[in-house]
Amino acid sequence: MLADGRARRRPVRTPARQELEDETGVGDALVRGLVRTQLALALRLSVIVGLGLGLLPLLFALIPGLAEVRVFGVTLPWLLLGVLAYPFLLAVGWFHVRVAERNERDFAELVERS
Amino acid sequence: MGNSPYALPAVVIVSLVTVAIGAYGVRLARTTGDFLVASRSVSPRWNAAAIGGEYLSAASFLGVAGLVMKYGVDMLWYPVGFAAGYLALQLFVAAPLRRSGAFTLPDFTEARLGSRALRRLAAAFVVFIGWLYLVPQLQGAGLTLGTVIGAPYWVGAVVVGAVVTVNVASGGMRSITFVQAFQYWLKLTAISFPVAFLLLAWQHDGRPELSPPDRPAFAAQTTVEIDTAVRATVVEPTVVTIAGTLDGVARDGQETLTAGTHEFGAGTRVTLPAGAAVPHVEGPAPPDGLRWLRPGSGDGQHELFGVYSLILATFLGTMGLPHVLVRFYTNPDGRAARRTTLVVLALLGAFYLFPTVYGALGRVYAPELLMTGRTDAVVLVLPGAAIGGVTGQVLAGLVAAGAFAAFLSTSSGLLVSVAGVLSTDVLGRGSMRAVRDFRIAALVAGLVPLFLALQVNGLDVSQVVGLAFAVAASSFCPLLVLGIWWRGLTWAGAAAGLVVGGGSAAAAVLVAVLGPPLEGWAAALVAQPAAWTVPLAFAVMIGVSLATRNRVPADVGRTMLRLHAPDSLLLRGRSPM
Repeated sequence: MLADGRARRRPVRTPARQELEDETGVGDALVRGLVRTQLALALRLSVIVGLGLGLLPLLFALIPGLAEVRVFGVTLPWLLLGVLAYPFLLAVGWFHVRVAERNERDFAELVERS
Repeated sequence: MGNSPYALPAVVIVSLVTVAIGAYGVRLARTTGDFLVASRSVSPRWNAAAIGGEYLSAASFLGVAGLVMKYGVDMLWYPVGFAAGYLALQLFVAAPLRRSGAFTLPDFTEARLGSRALRRLAAAFVVFIGWLYLVPQLQGAGLTLGTVIGAPYWVGAVVVGAVVTVNVASGGMRSITFVQAFQYWLKLTAISFPVAFLLLAWQHDGRPELSPPDRPAFAAQTTVEIDTAVRATVVEPTVVTIAGTLDGVARDGQETLTAGTHEFGAGTRVTLPAGAAVPHVEGPAPPDGLRWLRPGSGDGQHELFGVYSLILATFLGTMGLPHVLVRFYTNPDGRAARRTTLVVLALLGAFYLFPTVYGALGRVYAPELLMTGRTDAVVLVLPGAAIGGVTGQVLAGLVAAGAFAAFLSTSSGLLVSVAGVLSTDVLGRGSMRAVRDFRIAALVAGLVPLFLALQVNGLDVSQVVGLAFAVAASSFCPLLVLGIWWRGLTWAGAAAGLVVGGGSAAAAVLVAVLGPPLEGWAAALVAQPAAWTVPLAFAVMIGVSLATRNRVPADVGRTMLRLHAPDSLLLRGRSPM
């Protein structure tokens, strides 16, 4: 709702907006900052997923006992890959939407206010 | 096998509803813009369901359960990877790509790097990946009609090929969006609803062991019909009744199958006694329940390499699938694209909880599939085999309908993308004839994979799809990720990366599908190429871009601003590229 209202408002000609639209050095630096923040977020979350899921095959290979552990009658590999992987991915995705949108809000405020 | 009187009507109804919704959409589609991106006016909830519907293909609906049944827990990496691919898409691609305003992958490539030649190269990859992905869909359709109504293999492939081609050629994407959304919910219902009954049946039977320490055995006397010739390994001498050919000799009557590998000819009927161990189709599948239950059931290091390669292919390949990307242009803005992806992730996660159950119960209730090798059919066969009666038949009709929805929706999405690229990049004669060109392109795009599908029969559906992911991960994934996040990418670097990385993956696919059987590391490197082709593609793209630094597009700053600046800013010059 909030974003819709903002989107319909007539853009205000702030200096920062001018810098962006005229592609000055200042505007360029602003964009570089935003890209770096969003990329760092995406990469950090990829590492979390990469470690969280990617280490499993190696762990199962190195510690065969893990595959014998049973939780609620289901062995650990089946439980992790068959069920728990999905809420994990969803949680990471949810966090990403939240933080990525916050980064964009911060950037928008920086441009609108300065 | 599990013939159900409800299967044919169910399949016919799904096909008719698909055509009907498509026809309703035709009246809404007026211009080329409507056809290709549904005017970007599709609401996010419809869009998320449509993305999910389009994505859940034959590989998801039939293939995953079949692979789990045959090979065990390692195969769960397929569905996990199919879902995780959407997370990668959300993290790196969704919002910026939507803001780019480009219609297709070649559009994005040209707008970002300003090269017509590169555009044509990207178009070639879209067509290759699209066709590679279409073949297993049509194959799955042939298998489904063969299983549920006993039709010859080609019938299902031709029916799906024809319905989808006509629908796409007449309706374009607007209608497809509604069809896809409808089909997501149909597929989820079709796969989840029978699971409750299956689990009840399993309880009722005293919870028979899913992974007995020795080989799966037939619970009752079972007659197995062999459709295509198969080599299967018998563990212990078994007295069977056989009509047909065994090891090349015509037989009719009682025979003792000696331990060892035997060849059963096409059309052979074998009746095995209760308690007999199930002969296992020749191949790398784990022989007993204990190995099936554990990860790494194959041959050690190749196995681990294969798993990691598969993870890389599916995690990174999703973003490079042409039919997945085109769908994002129907979001109103970048923020909506990101949120839609998250909803899709939830929808996919919900779906993927179910195929595993079919795969595991299949070993108890439909062990004959392990002998014929047709484990892809387990989802279709299981309701009839485990539940039986009218309930079993109705549920069998429901899963057949779901399977058909899977083929129709994924094929439609792929066909729209391939036809879109063919009509703009190959026919491309100006906007006056754009709609007619799109229709011609749809016909061509549909006929080629149909021809290919009729040539190959017997490859595991999910494995062919896995190869399509590997090619996508080695071509469009580096192009998109570097194009969106790295200013230094040049058209020369992108072209070199596509040719070397994507080309190697494509070559590996051709060798895997058409070439001679390989062994050891060669087989592992070709069957799951992503672990070496993806890093290769990234390395070449970055290396050549650095070497051609003077060719970085002059407008890269403006492009970056457009891709990453929040939608709410409404910056000047944000019109589509």
